[in-house]
Amino acid sequence: MFSHLLPEFLVERRSDRCIKCRVCERQCPNGVHHYDTELDLMFSDESPCVGCQRCVVFCPTNALSVYPHPTTYRPNASWTREKLQDLKKQAETGGVILTGSGNDKPYRIYWDHLVLNASQVTNPSIDPLREPMELRTYLGRKPDTLEVEVCGDKVSITSRLSPNVPVETPILFSAMSYGAISYQAFVSLAMAAKEFGTLFNTGEGGLPREMREKFGQNAIVQCASGRFGVDPEYLNSAAVVEIKIGQGAKPGIGGHLPGEKVAANIALTRMIPEGTDALSPAPQHDIYSIEDLSMLIYALKEATNYEKPVSVKIAAVHNVAAIASGIVRAGADIVAIDGLRGGTGAAPKAIRDNVGIPIELALAAVDRRLREEGIRHKCSIIAASGVRCSADVIKAIALGADAVYIGSAALVAMGCTLCQKCYTGKCAWGICTQDPYLTRRLNPEIASQRLVNLLRGWSHEIKEMLGGMGINAIESLRGNREHLRGVGLEGWELDVLGVKGAGE
Amino acid sequence: MRSQISERYLPEKDSQACGLFGVMNTTGERFGGEMAINAMINMKVRGNGLGGGFAIYGLYPEYKDYYALHIMFERHQLGAKEIVDEFLADHFHVVYDEEIPTNKKATVLNPPVVWRYFVSPRQYMEEGNNLSDDEFVVEKVMYINTRIDGAYVFSSGKDMGVFKGVGFPEEIADYFMLDRLYKGYIWTAHSRFPTNTPGWWGGAHPFSILDWTVVHNGEISSYGTNRRYLEMFGYYCTLYTDTEVMAYAVDLLMRRQGLPIEVVSRIFAAPMWDIIEHMEPERRELYKTLRMAYAPLLMNGPFTVIVAHHNEMFGLTDRIRLRPITAAAAGDFVFLSSEEASIRAVAPRLDLAWTPPGGEPVVARLHTKDHLASLARAV
Repeated sequence: MFSHLLPEFLVERRSDRCIKCRVCERQCPNGVHHYDTELDLMFSDESPCVGCQRCVVFCPTNALSVYPHPTTYRPNASWTREKLQDLKKQAETGGVILTGSGNDKPYRIYWDHLVLNASQVTNPSIDPLREPMELRTYLGRKPDTLEVEVCGDKVSITSRLSPNVPVETPILFSAMSYGAISYQAFVSLAMAAKEFGTLFNTGEGGLPREMREKFGQNAIVQCASGRFGVDPEYLNSAAVVEIKIGQGAKPGIGGHLPGEKVAANIALTRMIPEGTDALSPAPQHDIYSIEDLSMLIYALKEATNYEKPVSVKIAAVHNVAAIASGIVRAGADIVAIDGLRGGTGAAPKAIRDNVGIPIELALAAVDRRLREEGIRHKCSIIAASGVRCSADVIKAIALGADAVYIGSAALVAMGCTLCQKCYTGKCAWGICTQDPYLTRRLNPEIASQRLVNLLRGWSHEIKEMLGGMGINAIESLRGNREHLRGVGLEGWELDVLGVKGAGE
Repeated sequence: MRSQISERYLPEKDSQACGLFGVMNTTGERFGGEMAINAMINMKVRGNGLGGGFAIYGLYPEYKDYYALHIMFERHQLGAKEIVDEFLADHFHVVYDEEIPTNKKATVLNPPVVWRYFVSPRQYMEEGNNLSDDEFVVEKVMYINTRIDGAYVFSSGKDMGVFKGVGFPEEIADYFMLDRLYKGYIWTAHSRFPTNTPGWWGGAHPFSILDWTVVHNGEISSYGTNRRYLEMFGYYCTLYTDTEVMAYAVDLLMRRQGLPIEVVSRIFAAPMWDIIEHMEPERRELYKTLRMAYAPLLMNGPFTVIVAHHNEMFGLTDRIRLRPITAAAAGDFVFLSSEEASIRAVAPRLDLAWTPPGGEPVVARLHTKDHLASLARAV
């Protein structure tokens, strides 16, 4: 069928600069660039271009520019170019439109409508370069009371404590499975988490055996609906075990890793035959209710001898607060909430762009509900989706999170440009692909250094902001709405966030 | 339907700076108010006349088995007294009550009527109520403070009482004739410098619940976190001051959970993780666990606090020592103050005076020399 689609990007080559080195041709996995040996000229076919900017970055003479294609339909506020293109695509294929990374629609980003406080006069601000400033956070269930025995000068704790896991900064790497991302990208996340003293999340694709000893203590291992790679050694090698119920980018639906990506090592890690599709069902088929969840939580605790916190990750949906409360009562030590802008390797676009609620509102609602029920201390809350900078992290903590997960931000640090073509398996940056020609591009030594730099930079900024507020330990900001004010928000939104308007 | 009004509508917290003073006779001998009053006069610049108050222990030896309720009633809402009287009659045996005598010539603005009641709880068996007497009293005090408009309980402990109001401390002392009428073995005092002007007698310090009193100087940056945590344990802050949070936190940890001050001070002013790392294994585990479990009760930001209850008075400053405290001893007397000068003004011959470091409590206990423990670690 002849395609009616317009190209998405325009590739412009300045012939006065091009030296025909063919770097762009080698770098592009989509076949945009082509060298004609007879004419000794470089040509471009822009129609397959995804705008990932790999060729632009690698062109040694800055001869290339890639930008959104100026060709448009008659402008129409309702029937936008994107809507028309999607519609035509479906008319040509009859399929579900797939996409990658997070929701890119202009839903209100509450982070950008919240401002932070700082000390003036009545309370000194603290300079983190001169005074200690503490970001260490313990994830897990805290006791109602601590029983102690005092014997002269000696105080000893007699309460039984639940396991808690420390992180040196309240920033964790979100679940991205080996299979969805390349081995190199996966190892880079693990290396960075280990170096900085935080955690990475294996996603549902298992933890390769050779990584367990070295990186297990920095791993959150997932037990998801497909149960890929779950065995006792996997669970016991980790710091935290996470039950994945849902994902912000695609609440209510499962996953599908196509067989062509299931190479030998992925097959071994996931414990499935090589070349078979790895299908994750939409629900966990042994969890159709909250009591079923409780049974799985305790099954995992039994399997790990009650030595590891168990986390439950859910997508932020309409009644997220009640669900989170049920999860804590079911025995979870950590509740991870993934909001509307959470990323994905592949999801139906209709779901990614339309299902779920923003994390800021979900987080505030969950924190409030758990406090009202007197169980907030029984779990840690990890907030995920659309955390783009240190200010987003600190605002999330003031709204009640113990820590945040970053996924997209970590990928961007490694090279990702959010071209949203993760599902094609042709990531030019070597992140979201299993093609050895492409994955070789990602050097884990360098990529992990970029990730560590990111964590370091953000942590410094968080310390500066905390110090400005006159706080020298992150736990004193947790849920502390007094340090937030809303700008440009409506009354109901401020109510849900529990935040006053600026000047109030 | 929202079960509770959004936090968005909670009043803004009151912020303030202050002068503190505490003096205790460790043999338990009762003495008059001159030292406390004169020390506050010496520190006059630390207040601005918008609040002063005193807590006295060993105040009512003749009624020491009864809860002494000091309750204020706004003059324009004297109907509140009838409601309170009826409420008290329903829930307590009131053995004696009277208006607290005042000096009519004193220069204070707009004083409320302050009444004292000596009561014992009247718990009905049929209610299936198995609260301890203390819990019962706390519950009733919370009821009066939150539900009865125009009434506010200054203090509710046995053999102790709080006198406070709007004015400089010496004016409040003059109004209640503290120097002439009362004796005690602990006196704590507070002078207030609020950055806003509530002008309400109940808002002055000390804050008190049962026989616990707190005088506090500082602005707690972690207020929101602390308040939310305390709410989970049934403490609802109605005054929106840091001191209230401090008082409830003390009550939760020390009275309800029975932790000694040496432990509680490590919760309010926790050592840095770097310091914990370098402790010997047993202490490291203790401090790590305390910090982890009670992270929401870390009092962050500048504060100095003097807490008293029967037999004990202690002072504590925040972990990076952003507000001052000085301790001193002379004979059987132990002093705590925002300023050394005020101690020397009232007790020129001191045996010892020292500056406790941040997070290090100075604990004065009856019939002990526990206060000297902090001396070894003094700055």
